[in-house]
Amino acid sequence: MLKLKYLLPLLLFVVLAVFLAIGLRLNPKDIPSPLIGKPAPAFSLPILATPEKTLSQQDLKGRVWLLNVWASWCVSCRQEHPLLLELAKRKLVSIVGLNYKDEASAAQQWLQKLGNPYDVSIMDSDGRVGIDYGVYGVPETFVVDKRGVIRYKHTGPVEPGDIERIFLPLLQTLNLEPA
Amino acid sequence: MNKVIILILCLLALPATAVVEYHPFDDPAREQAYQTLISELRCLVCQNQTIADSNADLAKDLRQQVYDMLQQGKSQQDVVDFMTQRYGDFVMYRPAFGIKTALLWLGPIVFLLIGIVTVVVLARQKKVAAQTGLDSKQLGKLNEILQQGEED
Repeated sequence: MLKLKYLLPLLLFVVLAVFLAIGLRLNPKDIPSPLIGKPAPAFSLPILATPEKTLSQQDLKGRVWLLNVWASWCVSCRQEHPLLLELAKRKLVSIVGLNYKDEASAAQQWLQKLGNPYDVSIMDSDGRVGIDYGVYGVPETFVVDKRGVIRYKHTGPVEPGDIERIFLPLLQTLNLEPA
Repeated sequence: MNKVIILILCLLALPATAVVEYHPFDDPAREQAYQTLISELRCLVCQNQTIADSNADLAKDLRQQVYDMLQQGKSQQDVVDFMTQRYGDFVMYRPAFGIKTALLWLGPIVFLLIGIVTVVVLARQKKVAAQTGLDSKQLGKLNEILQQGEED
């Protein structure tokens, strides 16, 4: 009985260490989005390539689409860019770029230099649509199903392996769902 | 002398970095609501700052959003709802009490109760020990003997 008394601090330490170890592995930037399972917030924004035309989320009904939030000033967007180009080649999904708080000329230069994975990019110059989507760390990627419901959100750059591990299986299931 | 001047200039320059954009209000109640809201909303870019304290671009946009909503006549609760619908409970420094946040609110009270119970139990044991001069092990044995005596 006396032995347990001396072991107690050690046990407490182990419990504490386990909690701290779990805490260290969590990503504090990864905040669960309340938008998952909800309809994609409405927008109607000018298209980067043809600013006289606009695109709204209604135009995308009936197909699975990605909304990738990017900007030419965003450093980690560069990092995920090749992965998006690769995903675009597979023709599994429409990729919509939300050009967040950027300048049209800088954005267009960026796409010319690095390649354009987007079926269409729209300009959110003042970041209001970004707020509606709860954007706080560019890049972010939303997966929207055929009925216009957000099914997944990826905060931060898409890392190598994420496409195979997360996006492809999800997109395949969503593509099979009825419109 | 030059060093002194430079030092004075540096000191003068400090407040300049703390300047945030100016949002004029006609109604003091709205201004009060604005100040309350921005000091209770978390900046999600720099997570340990409120949007009042943060210089991040997003914090500035959110301050603008709060200002616009209040000027449109929206209530404080409307702004809170707007923010939590988009950014989740995490955006509030004091999130509303709910299933998801119950542990957050009740956790400290539970730990406090555990602490109080522990202290009371230990103090009682010590008190008994002090009165009888027996430690808990000896007391246990004594109780055993007494019980045996009753059974016999």
